[in-house]
Amino acid sequence: MANNSADILEEYSDKEYEFGFVTDIEMDIAPRGLNEDTIHFISAKKKEPQWLLDWRLKAYQSFLKQPEPHWQNFELPKIDFQNISYYAAPKSKAKYKDMNEVDPELIATFEKLGIPLSEQKILAGVAVDAVFDSVSVATTFKETLKEQGIIFSSISEAVKEHPELIQKYLGSVVPHSDNIYAALNAAVFSDGSFVYIPKGVRCPMELSTYFRINSENTGQFERTLIIADEGSYVSYLEGCTAPKRDENQMHAAVVELVALENAEIKYSTVQNWYPGDKEGKGGIYNFVTKRGVCRGAHAKISWTQVETGSAITWKYPSVILQGDYSSGEFYSVAVTKNKQIADTGTKMYHIGKGTKSRIISKGISAGQGQNSYRGLVQVGSKAENARNFTQCDSLLIGDRCGAHTFPYIESKNKSATIEHEATTSKIGEDQIFYLNQRGIDTEKAVALIVNGYAKEVLNQLPMEFAVEAQKLLSITLEGSVG
Amino acid sequence: MLSIKNLQAKVEDKQILKGINLQVNAGEVHAIMGPNGSGKSSLASVLTGRENFEVTGGEVLFDGKDLLEFSPEDRAREGLFLAFQYPIEIPGVSNINFLRTALNEIRAYHNEPPLEAKEFLRLTREKQKLVEFDAKLTNRSLNEGFSGGEKKRNEIFQLAMLNPKLSILDETDSGLDIDALRIVSNGVNKLRSEKNAFIVITHYQRLLEYIVPDFVHVLYDGRIVKSGTKELALELEEKGYDWIKEPVTTASV
Repeated sequence: MANNSADILEEYSDKEYEFGFVTDIEMDIAPRGLNEDTIHFISAKKKEPQWLLDWRLKAYQSFLKQPEPHWQNFELPKIDFQNISYYAAPKSKAKYKDMNEVDPELIATFEKLGIPLSEQKILAGVAVDAVFDSVSVATTFKETLKEQGIIFSSISEAVKEHPELIQKYLGSVVPHSDNIYAALNAAVFSDGSFVYIPKGVRCPMELSTYFRINSENTGQFERTLIIADEGSYVSYLEGCTAPKRDENQMHAAVVELVALENAEIKYSTVQNWYPGDKEGKGGIYNFVTKRGVCRGAHAKISWTQVETGSAITWKYPSVILQGDYSSGEFYSVAVTKNKQIADTGTKMYHIGKGTKSRIISKGISAGQGQNSYRGLVQVGSKAENARNFTQCDSLLIGDRCGAHTFPYIESKNKSATIEHEATTSKIGEDQIFYLNQRGIDTEKAVALIVNGYAKEVLNQLPMEFAVEAQKLLSITLEGSVG
Repeated sequence: MLSIKNLQAKVEDKQILKGINLQVNAGEVHAIMGPNGSGKSSLASVLTGRENFEVTGGEVLFDGKDLLEFSPEDRAREGLFLAFQYPIEIPGVSNINFLRTALNEIRAYHNEPPLEAKEFLRLTREKQKLVEFDAKLTNRSLNEGFSGGEKKRNEIFQLAMLNPKLSILDETDSGLDIDALRIVSNGVNKLRSEKNAFIVITHYQRLLEYIVPDFVHVLYDGRIVKSGTKELALELEEKGYDWIKEPVTTASV
C-alpha cells in the first residue's frame, strides 16, 4: 500500500508486447537493397503489366530526388534504404482455392492474432484480406460480396482482373511523387487491398485487412485503394501487428480513398505494430500516407484511428473536400509510452462550398512517450460557408512524457467558420484513489479513466473493433500506473 | 467491527492523529464532530488508505483483520466505504459502467461470479428507488457536471449498491439544501441495519437530527477528547467547541 504514484507510473509501461512471436515459415525473400533491378524483380514476381512497371520506375526516380523531411519535432533516425528487403512472401504459396490449401502455420498465426479467417467466422460478418509480409494471403467472403458487384481483393489480383479501375484510380489521390515515403511505396509496393463498391450499393459487412510483418529486415509497403461509387457506402477496418525485433523495421503504406457523389467511406485503423522495448530498441517506423478525396457533392469520408504501437508513428490521414457539401472526419486516439513517438493528425482541404470537417484528437502519453498532434485546416477561396471544428486533448500519465499541439489554419474565404479547442490533463491521484475506494485496483482504474477519455473516438469504431480497441488500450497502459 | 487503538498518523512532517481510540460495533452509528482542522477527514483518509498519510503508531482491526495492511482497494472489498466530501469527476466513464466494475471487483474478491446484466439492472432500479436517485444520472458520466447535491446523492446511491459493512460519511451534509439533506438522510436511514455500521463526520448538529447517532465523539487536535450520546451534539451546538478545547490546552501546559 506504500505504493507511491511515481513507482506506479514507472511500472505502467512494463507490459510485454503480446504479438511479438515469429512464424517459422519458408519465405521467398528478395535480396536486400534498392535499385531499378529490385523494382524489376518485384514487378516480374507479380507478373505485372508494363504500364505498372513504368509507373513504379517513375516513382523510383521521384524517390531518388526527394530529401527526407526535416520539419518534425523529433529526431529522425537515419534510415538505410539499402539494408531493407523489399519483398517477402510465404514460399509455398501458389494460388489458394480454399482455406484448406493455406499453410497451417500461417493460419495458426492469424488465429493467434484473432483474425477471423476460417469459415466458421462467417457469423462474425467480417470479410478479411490478410497481408503477411508482402503478399495477400486470403480474402474471405469474396463470393458473397461478388453477388452485389462489390470487388474486394488483393491489389495485385485487381491489377490483373480490373486493370481499368486500377489505371484510373491508382495514384489519383496520393501521386507517386507525393512525398519520399509515398514515392518509395509506389516504387516497391508488393500488395495490399482493393475495394470497389458499385453505385448505390451499401456494403453489407465490414471489410477488413490485417497486416503482419514477419520476416527480419523486411519492410512492408502495402497499398490500399478504395473506391465508393455514387451513393454507395463501405466501412473498412485495418489492423496491424509485428514480431519483436531488435532492429527497426519500416512500414511505409499508402491508402487512397475515393468517394464519389453521395458516397460514404468509413476507414478505421487499430494499429499495434511492435513499439520497441523499454529502452526504445527496435520497433516499427510507421510512415504512412493516407488520403481520401470526396470527389462528388455530399460525399463523406471518415477516418478513425487507434494508434498504440510503432516506435515512431508519423501519419496524417487527410480529406480533400472537393465536392460541394462534402464532409470529412478524423477521430484519433494515439498512445505513446516508453520511448515511443507519435506525430499524427490530419489535413482537411476545403475546396467545395458548404464543406464540413470535424477533428477529434485524443493523445495519451505515458513513460517518456512523446505525442504530437499536427493538423492543417485549409479553406480555399471558393469554399463558401465551409465549417471546421477541431478538438485536441492530451492526457499525461507521469511526469516524463510530453504532449505537443501544432494546429495550422489557413483560410482564404471570409464566410468560413473554424473552431479549435484544446485541453491538457493529467490522470489525477484523486481519480485513482476514488476508484480504489470503490474496490477497483489501480490498473483497472487507469483503464477505465483512459477509455472514458477516449470514448468519443472509440464510439466511432464498429462494435467488435471498439471492444478490441478498449482492451488494447487497457493492455497497452497496463503497469503504467499502480 | 472496527477497533481503533492509539492510532497515530502524519502528513509530510505534521502529526495529525495523535492517538485515536474508537470501537464501532455492527448496528451502530457513530458521529464524529469537531472544529476545522481537528483531524476528522484525516481519520477517514487514514482508514481508507490514502497515500501521503503515514501511520506512525497504533492499530486498526476491521472484523479482526489488520486493516492497515490492506491496499485501498482491498479495504473497500473488505467492506469499508467512504462517502467523499468532494466526490471526483471522471469524464467519459458512465456511472453505471463504473458501478458494475466496482461491484464485480468486490464480488470477485469474495469468489463470487459477476452479476448477470439483468440482475444488475434489477438491483440498480431497486437501489435508485430506495435512495431516490434520479435514473437519468445513472447513465451520465461519473459525477461530471453534477451539482454539489447530485454528487452527494450519488455517493449514497453507490453506498446502497455496494452494500458495505462500514460506511464513513465525510461531511456529506456540507453544501446540501434542506431537501437534499432529507433525501440523503432518508437513504442512509433505510440502509441502516443490524449488520452494518456508520461513522458520520460532520460539523453541525443539523445532520444528526436526521441521522440519529448512538454515540457522538468530539475530535480535537488529533485526539477524541469527549464521547457521549446524541445529547452531546446538542450541547456542542449550544456552547460551541471552545469549552472542549480548554481541558486539552490545560492538560498540555
